[in-house]
Amino acid sequence: MTENSIFSRNVDGMTEILTRSCIGIAGCGGLGSNAAVALVRAGIGKLILVDFDNVEMSNLNRQYFFVNQVGTKKVEALAANLKSINPRVELEIFNVKIDPESIQELFGSADLLIEAFDKAESKKWLIENWSINNPNKPVISGNGVSGIGNNESLTTTKMGNIYFCGDGVSDLTMGLCGARVAIVANMQANLAIELLVSEN
Amino acid sequence: MIIVNGRNKLEWVEGMTVQDVMDKMGYDYSLITVTVNNEIVSEDEYDSYKVADASDVKAIHLCHGG
Repeated sequence: MTENSIFSRNVDGMTEILTRSCIGIAGCGGLGSNAAVALVRAGIGKLILVDFDNVEMSNLNRQYFFVNQVGTKKVEALAANLKSINPRVELEIFNVKIDPESIQELFGSADLLIEAFDKAESKKWLIENWSINNPNKPVISGNGVSGIGNNESLTTTKMGNIYFCGDGVSDLTMGLCGARVAIVANMQANLAIELLVSEN
Repeated sequence: MIIVNGRNKLEWVEGMTVQDVMDKMGYDYSLITVTVNNEIVSEDEYDSYKVADASDVKAIHLCHGG
């Protein structure tokens, strides 16, 4: 196996740009784990993965983990799964709870941030702090992922360098379905790839 | 005149703040992200940030779940 052959079916020009790019992923749950997988399959050079949680059985309906990883740290389990796809991907992992003060220290070196938190309150301070400190670097938020079906409601909203993927209205009290969460995670990854490739 | 979320027109008033815009639009929830002319406005600035005439204001509701 040669690692380069992983990307032989990639779109022309994308692999070279992605290989030298770094994306931060804030939260490694339903959005973050699935976005990370898509980005590694696309050929991203480096990911910064941050989450403080352990894998639970109830995560397996939508998050990119396996039964034998239940009880382990999410960032470590995800790193192992990503390395199984591309052993050459560079991963910086932090098993910590992100707060407004640590955003820059954790993600400051990234070209772009993917917001993959669960709670709306946390999404708010993450987006605000990132945008104030990094006005020229995009942040892509997953916003409205709950429920089932309703594909046509999933869109991207742009507000300067802030992007929102999702339906913008559904709430997790409706329950979460892996098919729908992964669509939005892949919208985030797809947009991240597009932004990196188009500006390089 | 200012534009809110790309579709709603709101009459501009001298000294108008982001909070005034939110009030006039009936956006009373707190979990929102606001930009004015594509620049982020943090929550502690809503009362003080002056919105200029012809501004493009966007506010999006943040949803739990991820």
